[in-house]
Amino acid sequence: MTYFPKKEVIEMRSVYANTLIELAENDEKVIALEADLSSAITTDKIKNQLKNQYVNLGIMEAEMIGTAAGLSVTGFKPFVHTFANFASRRVYDQVFVSLAYAQLNAVILGSDAGVTAEHNGGTHMPFEDLALMRIIPNNKVYEASDSTLLRYLLHKGYKDDGLTYIRTIRKNAIKLYKEEETFETGSKLLREGNDVAILASGIMVSDALEAAEELSKEGIETMVIDMYQIKPIDQKAILKAAQTGAIVTAENHNVIGGLGSAVAEVLAEEAPTHHYRVGVREKFGQVGTMDWLKEDYLITVNEIVTQAKKLLLKKNK
Amino acid sequence: MIQVGNIDLDLFAKKIRYYTLKQFTLMGFGHYGGSLSIVETLAVLYGKHLNASPEIRDDLNRDYFVLSKGHAGPALYATLYLKGYFTEEWLGTLNKNGTKLPSHPDRNLIPGVDMTTGSLGQGISAATGIALGNKIAKRENYTFCIVGDGELNEGQAWEAIQMASHNKLDKLIIFVDDNKMQLDGPTLEINNPLDFVKKFQAFGYFSKRIDGSSVTEISEAVVWAKANHDKPTAIILDTIKGQGIPIIEEMGNNHHIRPDKATNNEIIKVMNILGKEIEVNG
Repeated sequence: MTYFPKKEVIEMRSVYANTLIELAENDEKVIALEADLSSAITTDKIKNQLKNQYVNLGIMEAEMIGTAAGLSVTGFKPFVHTFANFASRRVYDQVFVSLAYAQLNAVILGSDAGVTAEHNGGTHMPFEDLALMRIIPNNKVYEASDSTLLRYLLHKGYKDDGLTYIRTIRKNAIKLYKEEETFETGSKLLREGNDVAILASGIMVSDALEAAEELSKEGIETMVIDMYQIKPIDQKAILKAAQTGAIVTAENHNVIGGLGSAVAEVLAEEAPTHHYRVGVREKFGQVGTMDWLKEDYLITVNEIVTQAKKLLLKKNK
Repeated sequence: MIQVGNIDLDLFAKKIRYYTLKQFTLMGFGHYGGSLSIVETLAVLYGKHLNASPEIRDDLNRDYFVLSKGHAGPALYATLYLKGYFTEEWLGTLNKNGTKLPSHPDRNLIPGVDMTTGSLGQGISAATGIALGNKIAKRENYTFCIVGDGELNEGQAWEAIQMASHNKLDKLIIFVDDNKMQLDGPTLEINNPLDFVKKFQAFGYFSKRIDGSSVTEISEAVVWAKANHDKPTAIILDTIKGQGIPIIEEMGNNHHIRPDKATNNEIIKVMNILGKEIEVNG
């Protein structure tokens, strides 16, 4: 099922550009909007093909959201891209009021999720975008862990009415899925196991698979699920994971408001279970290499393994 | 229901003013000042120039209207009622629990409202998106937008203004309701807006200042704007907050008021005069 053992690296941004071409060629109502980060996501390379289905607003994120709203009013389907920090916290009221509250259609791609912003540092490193987006009524919120999944989510966002937010890695991701992989339920079970479950999203999915390998060396059988749909969250998958009696969530995001919170909410209401949220705790972003940042924020394979073992002790008390 | 006649714009403005006041009077409070200052502009647009009616609500080729200064919603609601988008009963529900007519226009609740507004600075952005969409789709329709003078404090509004200029949205016609007051006081004292005409011209617009209480001047300005090409147009409306109702005009702060009994009686007196004029002439 998974490509993971090959550890093949794939560039995510070209998938966005290529998928936009696919969608735009088949539907003249698809319009790509950029705010001076077109070359960062490589849509500058396709703008000649997209012709008038591409608009670069310049450094005007608020106006970009308003423009998307107006385009939707006149029958278009806007695909809006900017870095995830700008796509969420910088334009929160515009997204909330002009798109969501007004019940208009748009797909927002927030790139450079969390530590993948690397040397852009604290101003550009979003650990809160999923939290902000998740509390907007009636929208859909995703985190893409690999290129096949990103392509699927863009197609899904195209078909769905209303507001879709997709958080993504912009540059390199570890390939998890074959091109022909299909997605249906809002999550993907990547590994079965009865002792502990790791529910992860984004860059933490490959770490979760690695952690499961480590744990299996010690005889601990670990379930791994890619929880790419943050909202609505896949409750069935969480309840299945809860049967192990121990759940670690792993996210490249603040532990407040993102995947860990979403899982905890389901567990608290439906199946109280030992749970630990691996994620960023009370820290802002900073510059650094991805490996160094992951160590500093304790979002690593080792941290997942450590916390899984602690949960097993609690569970077996 | 009172139909729009063929077409006395002064009379239509009186009707809009009457039904705007009626909504506030039934509720007991509201954004009187900024609703009254745009009455003549709404009369000219919906009475003469705006190609929009209940029959063509779903036609993407109709003209669009965005009330960016969403707090003036009740003036728009009075206009939409007079155009036949909904019945008079709706006007009595302004801001009542469960109403379809909230303080600020909601495109999902109110027939005839093209864009949900109220968070200042955002409506004008949506208007630029609407004008851009229509241009890309090669439609010939117009997008009209009324923005408040105080609202132009918002940085997003100037993003929108620059975007429309860059994209040569010449079928976008912006009205600035320059009533010279914002919630906390005179715009000159809060944050001097400088010369709107010069600012818009510097942004690459056709722009001029007119008397925003004169339906004739407003109508002529729309004709002038439609004759312009390759650039958007900004018409600066010289208005008075509370326009047309002396007791409200004379208040120091009439942005949002809850008139006392004596004031309310004065407002009702003016409404009665307006009501008679409407009956006699309408």
